[in-house]
Amino acid sequence: MGIAHEHDLHRRRGGRNVGLGLVLAAFVALVFGLSVAKIRNGDLMQAFDHQPRASVLPRDPAAPVAQPAAPQAPAGRASP
Amino acid sequence: MTDIRSYESGAAAQSAAAEPQFGDYVALLKPRVMSLVVFTAFVGLFVAPVPLDPFVGFCAILFIALGGGASGALNMWYDADIDAVMNRTRRRPIPAGRIQPDEALAMGLFLSGLAVVMLGLAANWFAAGFLAFTIFFYAVVYTIWLKRSTPQNIVIGGAAGAFPPMIGWACATGGIGIESLLMFALVFFWTPPHFWALALFMKEDYHSAGVPMLTVTHGRAVTRRHIFAYTLVLAPFALWLGLTSVGGPLYLAVAVVLNALFIMGGWRILRRDEAAAQADGYRVEKSFFRLSLIYLFAHFAALAVQHVLGGW
Repeated sequence: MGIAHEHDLHRRRGGRNVGLGLVLAAFVALVFGLSVAKIRNGDLMQAFDHQPRASVLPRDPAAPVAQPAAPQAPAGRASP
Repeated sequence: MTDIRSYESGAAAQSAAAEPQFGDYVALLKPRVMSLVVFTAFVGLFVAPVPLDPFVGFCAILFIALGGGASGALNMWYDADIDAVMNRTRRRPIPAGRIQPDEALAMGLFLSGLAVVMLGLAANWFAAGFLAFTIFFYAVVYTIWLKRSTPQNIVIGGAAGAFPPMIGWACATGGIGIESLLMFALVFFWTPPHFWALALFMKEDYHSAGVPMLTVTHGRAVTRRHIFAYTLVLAPFALWLGLTSVGGPLYLAVAVVLNALFIMGGWRILRRDEAAAQADGYRVEKSFFRLSLIYLFAHFAALAVQHVLGGW
């Protein structure tokens, strides 16, 4: 239910509420912009969530690099 | 509805004039002090050898400023009794009755936490820890502990104002360098002559508030000697900064001229006695105070311009 009668109190606090609203909106925009900037710079966006997983492990430079499998010759048609 | 009923019944006895406005909350953050924090932190970040994404850098400066503002709110909460006595501060939101002290405390604590966490996420956790330490230093070490207990309050407390360029540098590099330490020294040794010059011509305020400023505890002649001594100590650090990786010919030229003027100003203050100062309305002291503002701004501006120009 909306406020039927606007009190003087609402008017006087209006400026403060608008100001706070703008600050909160700016904060949301800031966090969004920060996320975009971080992702664009290639920063890791995953935090530790108490479950070990390979994607958040530090890279081991000594680890052998997996080679892509050699392309196989296209299978020929079986001769009749 | 409860809110309005209590208001109408008089339980909330705030008058219309005492109703806090948005600007009162902004005033709690000491915007003028914040401008110094923003500028020096920006230069610290800008001249660092590691480039930072412009938007991330913008956010980092914003959160450093927010942390500085939060410590300002904590300062106003604790110093409300002093502020009510001094002419310069009695119109601040708490002594004027527009904001309750508890509200300022809550706001200061909340914004401190927010600024530190957001700086950690935006830049790095070393810089965030440094910001947390700076807030602690200003709010606890300076405001609660030193300000009312020692005439060296300005000297040691000045460190809080000197940390922002180091935090800016840390945002970009993740650490500390000789350059950031010298930027710290520049602000640290600049602070005492700046505030003591102010204390010389605002003497009634500090006297009536009972703050143990050097002018109150050791007299004005001793304060004059200290001002001059600090201008001498400050100059080598300002010039040394020009010989590091962030300096260059332009910065050095600015530093030489301004430090010569600053030492001359300190000498003129030293040579005056109180009768002469009162006779001309503290003209020399006020002029020295204005010069001190230009001094700090010009040094950091020169560092930024020097960075843009490169080796020039």
